[in-house]
Amino acid sequence: MSLPAQAAATLHRTWSDPPGVRGWFSALDHKTIGRRFVIAAFGFFVAGGLLAATMRLQLAFPEMKLVGPDLYNQVFTLHGTTMMFLFAVPVMLAMAIYLVPLMIGARATAFPRMTAFAFWVYVFGGLSVYIAFFLGSGPDAGWFAYVPLSGPEYSPGKRSDFWAQLITFTEVSGLLVSIDLITTILKHRAPGMTLARMPLFVWAILVTCLMILFAMPAVMMASTMLILDRLVGTHFFNPADGGSALLWQHLFWFFGHPEVYFIFIPGLGFLSMIIATFARRPIFGYPAMVLALIATGFLSFGLWVHHMFAASIPELAKAFFTAASMMIAIPSGVQIFCWIATLWKGRLNFATPLLFVLAFFFILVLGGLTGVILASTALDLQVHDTYFVVAHLHYVLIGGAVFPLFGAFYYWYPKMTGRMMDERMGRWNFWLFFVGFNVAFYPMHHLGLAGMPRRIYTYAAESGWGPLNLLSTVGAVMVATSVLLFIVNAVKSYRHGAPAADNPWGASSLEWATSSPPPPYNFALPPVVSSREPLWVPHHPSRPPHVTGLALDTRESLVTTAIDAVPDSRDTSPDPSHWPFTAAVALSIMFIATIFTPWGLVWGSIPVTIALIGWFWPRREETERHLALEKRP
Amino acid sequence: MRAKGHRPGTPKAAPRDDVALYVSQLPSYVFGPRATMWWGTFGVIAIEGMVFALAAASYFYLRSHAREWPLGVPPPELSWGMVNMAILAVSTLPNHWTKRAAEQHDLRKVRIGLTVCVAFALAFLVVRIFEFRSLNVGWDTNAYGSIVWLLLALHTAHLLTDFVDTAVLTVLMYTGPIEGRRYADVADNAVYWDFVVLAWIPLYFIVYWAPRL
Amino acid sequence: MNGLFHALDPAGPQAALIAQLWWLTVAVCALVLVAVLLAFFIALRRAPRADAATPADVKPLQQAEPRTRLVVTAATIASAVLLVGLVAASAATDRALMQLPLQNALNVQVTANQWWWDVRYDDPDPSRIFATANEIYVPVGRPVIVRLRANDVIHSFWVPNLHGKKDLIPGTEGTIHFRADRAGTYHGQCAEYCGLQHAFMAFVVHAVPQEEFDRWAESQRKPAAAPSTAPQKRGHDLFMSGTCMMCHAIQGTPAQARKGPDLTHVASRERIAAGRLANTPENLASWIRDPHRHKPGVNMPAHVLAQGDLEALVAYLGALR
Ligand code: HEA
Ligand code: HEA
Ligand code: HEC
Ligand code: CUA
Ligand SMILES: [Cu+2]
Repeated sequence: MSLPAQAAATLHRTWSDPPGVRGWFSALDHKTIGRRFVIAAFGFFVAGGLLAATMRLQLAFPEMKLVGPDLYNQVFTLHGTTMMFLFAVPVMLAMAIYLVPLMIGARATAFPRMTAFAFWVYVFGGLSVYIAFFLGSGPDAGWFAYVPLSGPEYSPGKRSDFWAQLITFTEVSGLLVSIDLITTILKHRAPGMTLARMPLFVWAILVTCLMILFAMPAVMMASTMLILDRLVGTHFFNPADGGSALLWQHLFWFFGHPEVYFIFIPGLGFLSMIIATFARRPIFGYPAMVLALIATGFLSFGLWVHHMFAASIPELAKAFFTAASMMIAIPSGVQIFCWIATLWKGRLNFATPLLFVLAFFFILVLGGLTGVILASTALDLQVHDTYFVVAHLHYVLIGGAVFPLFGAFYYWYPKMTGRMMDERMGRWNFWLFFVGFNVAFYPMHHLGLAGMPRRIYTYAAESGWGPLNLLSTVGAVMVATSVLLFIVNAVKSYRHGAPAADNPWGASSLEWATSSPPPPYNFALPPVVSSREPLWVPHHPSRPPHVTGLALDTRESLVTTAIDAVPDSRDTSPDPSHWPFTAAVALSIMFIATIFTPWGLVWGSIPVTIALIGWFWPRREETERHLALEKRP
Repeated sequence: MRAKGHRPGTPKAAPRDDVALYVSQLPSYVFGPRATMWWGTFGVIAIEGMVFALAAASYFYLRSHAREWPLGVPPPELSWGMVNMAILAVSTLPNHWTKRAAEQHDLRKVRIGLTVCVAFALAFLVVRIFEFRSLNVGWDTNAYGSIVWLLLALHTAHLLTDFVDTAVLTVLMYTGPIEGRRYADVADNAVYWDFVVLAWIPLYFIVYWAPRL
Repeated sequence: MNGLFHALDPAGPQAALIAQLWWLTVAVCALVLVAVLLAFFIALRRAPRADAATPADVKPLQQAEPRTRLVVTAATIASAVLLVGLVAASAATDRALMQLPLQNALNVQVTANQWWWDVRYDDPDPSRIFATANEIYVPVGRPVIVRLRANDVIHSFWVPNLHGKKDLIPGTEGTIHFRADRAGTYHGQCAEYCGLQHAFMAFVVHAVPQEEFDRWAESQRKPAAAPSTAPQKRGHDLFMSGTCMMCHAIQGTPAQARKGPDLTHVASRERIAAGRLANTPENLASWIRDPHRHKPGVNMPAHVLAQGDLEALVAYLGALR
């Protein structure tokens, strides 16, 4: 059954973003915001990658003079900061903003204005730190900005303040998106999509967002203390006046360790979706997969001290954190075993998305195993802060998140654009990336064992580190070429790619039930779900196939119960508005002003308050429409 | 047509459940955990609860590494803290009264209740100024001063946002436009105030009593 | 196995314990990697090929797959067992590391500064305490207790052939215990990012027989040699009248500042500037004229000196054996 054309047109008008420039800034469609978010995050990936390329050129030969120590320190700090805070975490949330409502059969996220606001805050935060960098004020204390090096005494100027404020920007953004996604997942699932039928990617995002809620406050606390120390002379980290340098490390890593899993867990979600589709069967062991995700989320809060083994920590604590760090390999292992079982018992369609995902089984497993090595206190004392750690972190981050992400790009590109990406270029992209990656990062394990510390701007020829560094640089060039190839492929396919059908890969989740690209309202008739693989298992004949009775001329959506997804109430999604953008501008002005004077907070909060009141103040016309649909509980 | 809220496929006869799941009979807003807004509020509370917990943990971390505590200054005076504790405790009464009024859609009571709540928040904020004065230490004196100022300032920030929030809601309930959902907003606002009160109890003991232990 | 020094080439019991644990852990990890990849490749080879139109197999939704479940469970249990083994091995190594016998230990105090190491040899008799920089002599076979402090930011003390690393954190004092059982010169390096010249904050540990150590310590305890030649005298005067003495100490002279390395016996060191340069007259001259050429950002200013003055300073410092 489909919707009458006239009704569909009304629905289209209701859910479309307004036209024009003003409309561009008022857009609320989760697909628009999600797409912009992904593109912005990818832009930061390229920026971070160009910084990496600079480092690799500088390190290719001993005693290189391409960049001096001052610039190098800014470059590696900005590389790490960009990749972690502006690329890896946001890109995963961005993909979720796009995909989650589609996967759960909803028309929008729960709080679309919050999503839009979070996007703008993120963009302004990212731009501010790059502008500072180009003005010669790039942060230079490393991506975890240890005090006292980042403190008032050893980092004069505004470099560390920009870093700390960037953290504030990205945290505000990440936290808001998390609240939005958690609520969307728990309250906007299609009727019948019980928790036990939720796609694994949605599970991964739910776990990730819950982790964000409890982990990000730690780094916000830390960066706030840092700014206060620098700006108004508090002494949180000043040992001379009762402060503690280790307090910073505890707060940072209490966040920092879970953070690497916010990057990894959505990657696992991509894997589960893609493997199921290309192995032509459901993932083996769904309950075990869900439990493993939850276990990883929980355990990741108990590992942070493994980044601090070389500091003065009680021996007993070290032993505890060693054990906890190793135990987290078990849930990762369970998932890997389940995927291998799925591949084993499936029928395989070797398309590009699957290739990228399969790389995980070599790269992430190797990186995970070096993680197990690092988890041992005694071994970590040798390789901590050397290139061995740099190797580990790129193996897990790129193998566990970036390869799955590229797989996800290839997989969902047809849904997002309505066109297929080029398969032949996809294969070149993949093999160049895979080989280049290993050439670039495998040698770093050996460099670390040979004593090469991380974060050095150059090294003496006698060190003997030259040849392996050169090799690594060659690998990085291959990776860069492959990323360039991807960009070419994406841009070319956008215009000339083969048109994509609704479900080009024969997948089973709901996003493939609507057109490619989806209409602004996602589903003309919101689906009802009666199995875990809704597009593979024929709909149960005694169950209604879709929802009806939602308004056409107001953005009305269905709210279901959190666990069983039983229809429970109706909700209205807000109309497009410039306020999220305006409020983000006001907030950014406040944050930036606060870098220079504490009064920035006081005066800056006034426009922010005004913008927020403007945002939430209901409009009469909107209220009337709501009243017409109103039904008391 | 527009204002009536046109619905697609509305059958003339009673809807048949195997053709489509008919949902327009469902309430258009609800209270408590059934509502999306409640989850949003709850998310904010979770984040801020975590912030308080981490600030408290930092307090005890610094304390455990200090030679003496408080560092070379007398502990805070108790009087204003007590006053504010009392104000907060009493404020839960009008708060819950308002929440109940909202659940009953009693606009008159909601208006009165909200006004009283705003007055309480204001009183609390004023006393807070004196609390800062009675700490006996500056934020830039030493790490002890920094952390107690931070604890108090964090809580004040929440008070301030909730104060503005409640004040705006009060004005809105007087001037309109009002729809049923606004009552749910009032109820959620009450939940948030409860959180601000509950968070204050441990913070109060940390700021005022921990230095005396 | 290239490079100057190597974490897996132990010269003492601490590094040896770690190296043993290393090989054990690497062996287990290699086993796991091979097993996972083997299963993975077999899975890829045996699974039939398909395309997007192949109907999906949804039987698993209704039917359990007991054999697969058994294999996955077994793999999980095996992983858990291996991991528990690794945790136990790691804990055992930690214990063993703490049990290095410390009787008759040598006490050294190392203070890290942005970007050099201040080394002091403790002694119950204060007049026998002496200082050097970026260079630690230890007797072979005798345990060493190094007390670690930092004056500015966090640094990390690391001599891979002897032991793992230990951070030096301002406001706290840490210690590290090791013993060198093999004579030799071991490279050390600051391993915690500490600012502009973190790259060139190295030091060396010379492990020498006890008698040689005693001879060395005795010579270090002596005050600086008095200048004997005319250029040396001129260098001495320049040093004492110029900026140098505001930062450096030379025992037996008025220069007693501790902002830079103690130069009492600077000529006895193999390298200067925390390993950056070989200790030759040319390098010394170049360093004094413009240290920023060698270590940009270093905490020693450039000095505009007449050629003669520079040569005199180098002559003076070159005589401080
Ligand atoms: C995606 C990100 C990601 C992921 C998934 C991981 C995963 C793991 N990491 Fe890693 N880690 C980072 C990102 C990540 N890490 C980053 C960015 C840093 C550096 C930060 C910085 O200093 O800049 C870091 C640093 C880091 C350190 C500190 C190193 C140091 O600074 O000295 C440690 C120490 O314990 C560690 C451990 C681990 C462990 C035990 C895992 C485990 O989760 C791995 C588990 C997986 C496997 C083990 C493989 C699969 C399992 C099986 C096949 C089962 C069978 C296995 C066995 C029997 C062994 N990591
Ligand atoms: C997800 C995270 C992530 C990713 C993807 C990467 C990607 C890369 N990283 Fe990154 N790295 C980190 C996270 C990441 N890194 C972190 C957290 C640190 C620690 C920082 C710290 O110590 O503080 C680090 C540190 C780090 C170092 C150590 C620096 C040091 O300690 O001194 C090095 C050195 O080689 C390096 C290299 C690389 C390289 C070559 C890539 C490559 O894979 C990059 C590939 C991409 C490109 C090269 C972009 C190419 C794009 C184009 C060519 C397109 C151009 C087109 C147009 C302009 C239209 N990284
Ligand atoms: C402002 C302080 C300062 C002044 C003035 C100064 N130095 Fe230095 N000097 C340092 C510091 C700090 C180092 C350590 C640099 C490093 O390796 O990072 C150093 C290192 C040295 C070294 C190398 C020592 C070693 O063992 O590695 C020599 C030699 C030296 N200075 C000589 C001089 C002479 C000669 C003068 C005067 C012309 C002088 N210094 C003036 C601070 C100073
Ligand atoms: Cu000192 Cu790095
Ligand atoms: Cu970690």
